[in-house]
Amino acid sequence: MSNAENRLNDFDPNDSKGQEVKKFIQEHKNIKGGLIPVLHKIQDVYGYLPKETLNTVSDSMNIPLTEIYGVASFYSYFSLTPKGKHVIRVCLGTACYVKNSQAIIDEIGRELGITVGQTTSDGKFTLEATRCLGACGLSPVMMIDDKVFGRLVKDDVPKILSEFN
Amino acid sequence: MYRSQVLICGGTGCTSSGSMDIKKALEDELKKRGIDKEVEVIRTGCFGLCALGPVVIIYPEGAFYSRVKVEDIPELVEEHLIKGRILKRLVYHESIEQDRVKSLDEVGFYKKQMRVALKNCGVIDPENIDEYLAFDGYKALEKVLTTMKPEEVISQIKKSGLRGRGGGGFPTGLKWELTAKPVADQKYVVCNADEGDPGAFMDRSILEGDPNCVLEAMEIAGYAIGATKGFIYIRAEYPIAVKRLSIAINQAKEYGLLGKNILGTGFEFDIEIRLGAGAFVCGEETALMNSIEGKRGMPRPKPPFPANSGLWGKPTLINNVETYANITKIILNGADWFANIGTEKSKGTKVFALGGKITNTGLVEIPMGTTLREIIYDIGGGIPNNKKFKAVQTGGPSGGCIPAELIDIPIDYDSLISIGSMMGSGGMIVLDEDNCMVDVARFYLDFIKDESCGKCTPCRVGTKRMLEILEKITRGQGTMDDLDKLETLAKEIKASSLCGLGQTAPNPVLSTLKYFRDEYIAHIVDKKCPAGVCKALLQYKIDDEKCRKCGLCARSCPVSAIEGKVKEKFTVNQDKCIKCGTCMTKCPFKAIDKK
Repeated sequence: MSNAENRLNDFDPNDSKGQEVKKFIQEHKNIKGGLIPVLHKIQDVYGYLPKETLNTVSDSMNIPLTEIYGVASFYSYFSLTPKGKHVIRVCLGTACYVKNSQAIIDEIGRELGITVGQTTSDGKFTLEATRCLGACGLSPVMMIDDKVFGRLVKDDVPKILSEFN
Repeated sequence: MYRSQVLICGGTGCTSSGSMDIKKALEDELKKRGIDKEVEVIRTGCFGLCALGPVVIIYPEGAFYSRVKVEDIPELVEEHLIKGRILKRLVYHESIEQDRVKSLDEVGFYKKQMRVALKNCGVIDPENIDEYLAFDGYKALEKVLTTMKPEEVISQIKKSGLRGRGGGGFPTGLKWELTAKPVADQKYVVCNADEGDPGAFMDRSILEGDPNCVLEAMEIAGYAIGATKGFIYIRAEYPIAVKRLSIAINQAKEYGLLGKNILGTGFEFDIEIRLGAGAFVCGEETALMNSIEGKRGMPRPKPPFPANSGLWGKPTLINNVETYANITKIILNGADWFANIGTEKSKGTKVFALGGKITNTGLVEIPMGTTLREIIYDIGGGIPNNKKFKAVQTGGPSGGCIPAELIDIPIDYDSLISIGSMMGSGGMIVLDEDNCMVDVARFYLDFIKDESCGKCTPCRVGTKRMLEILEKITRGQGTMDDLDKLETLAKEIKASSLCGLGQTAPNPVLSTLKYFRDEYIAHIVDKKCPAGVCKALLQYKIDDEKCRKCGLCARSCPVSAIEGKVKEKFTVNQDKCIKCGTCMTKCPFKAIDKK
């Protein structure tokens, strides 16, 4: 058995997440340009890119870990650290920015006691600023997980956050 | 046969404001009333008028209902679908005239529009290929495969005068011809759906509303240049578009319209979706190709151009979504038809995403040569809240700000460049008197600094230096020398950056310096932000004459910066004030000014 196959067997057979990732790597390891789809899958499954999983990807796809790190750190969609249970993404695209979405970020930051890029100490919320969610008709907009909140004013913030508490 | 059809917008804007809950509620209500076999409910793509979402249109009357809520559904069903009366309370006020429902073409927002790329958006169910087929779907492909030679296809596209809708405006037919020329064992067709310009969402709406038209056009391109494999590179931030594209690809394969032996002609073409991962620079074609190859999305020097050496070193044709959306219409209606729309050098229509300080935010498609005034006032409905129109930003971070005095300029590729902006992908952000132009320039530079890939020094270091100068100015610490420095840096970055991102990055600064120099000077010399945006230059003050001494401001201030006693006098302690503006919004007497 090759080293590559060996590493894929590191995934615990009883861990469904690991098995899902393993299957995806097997399907994509010989596809041209398959690394980014694999990273997307890992991020989908775990919410971030765990280091040990990237090691496995490196061995099984025969790509040096430095190169994987280079790719993973280049794209803002990928995260090398775990995120909070709920991810708040406030849009700072132009249409939202000119309608003062900065005030929404400031207000959330004040409510939760964190700044952009941070996670609350209880691991509940991560606050992120994002560039254009494409819902400019509803600006200013934010997303919490998959739910979109539009036409926001500062005073909406506490009530919306309490929905997730 | 259904007696009525209800179209519900399933675009991103309306979905975000709950249109799928409305669809569910409507279906339940129809079932409850026992008329679910008489009334058909269809989820479509974007109608364009996102400001009024969620939007519902009921045919045959064509009644346009806006801002519909789940609670409205029983009444809507009772009145319109059972009793046959228009529910006036909910109908979009501009679409009704003395009890008569106007056709959508008569409504201000739609009157001056011409839908070519968006032809099927808001009309068909994007998840059902049969509806696309019923609207001439795949007829262009059939025509091309059965009656035209590849070079005839290319000559039609050249003759139409179509130019790339992604930003640069390169002639599409010429690009196809250049990619058709080289002989290679493998060529690729790529669709650039990495719509990263903040404030632009037309590509997303096309993919969500009419995904098949892009697939069909890519196949036609593949036939024309001799490629059998296509990639769609799309932002991961667009989940609905990704889902609908996947559905469309699967359905097209099932129908023999994609894959091997297409339409029995022996032509073979396959399309694969690749997701972006949040890097603006990947909208640049060579960076995008690196990303598809699984690498960091950094641009490559040109030449060699993708037409000769693109994906994995093979000849590659890369066009933007909206460009593809025009192809099937050109093939079916003829190059002359298309060339008759628009201006001398910019043919056809362009989709713009209207956003910012404008009443009708949403998606509009207009013939090239329409003036900004028509777009902003006739279609966009003007500036809300009686505010004064100040500027419009086009072309995103690569474009510029067009001042109010140039509002009568007809919009096309060349006119926009001549006034220091550019078409870009078609974002149009309207700014009013409350927006600070120095801050807008700073906003774009901040964006560019974040998104610069770091490969070439002028862009990586230069944009950071420009940002630092702009931040200094917005803090009130700028000098007049800084303006010269900004201009010098801008010229150097434009001349020496590797790719389009860096070469156009200084545009927002140059255009605001050109048209709004006064505002820069106000920040530097007078230490004032005329629009009241730059916090460091603002002071919140209480107007003693208007103040009723109620103390509400003091109680709502989060940092206790307002001092005083009820029925006496209140003042803002400027050292403590964090300039959040809470006092100003809370004061019932408008007694707090920011200056």
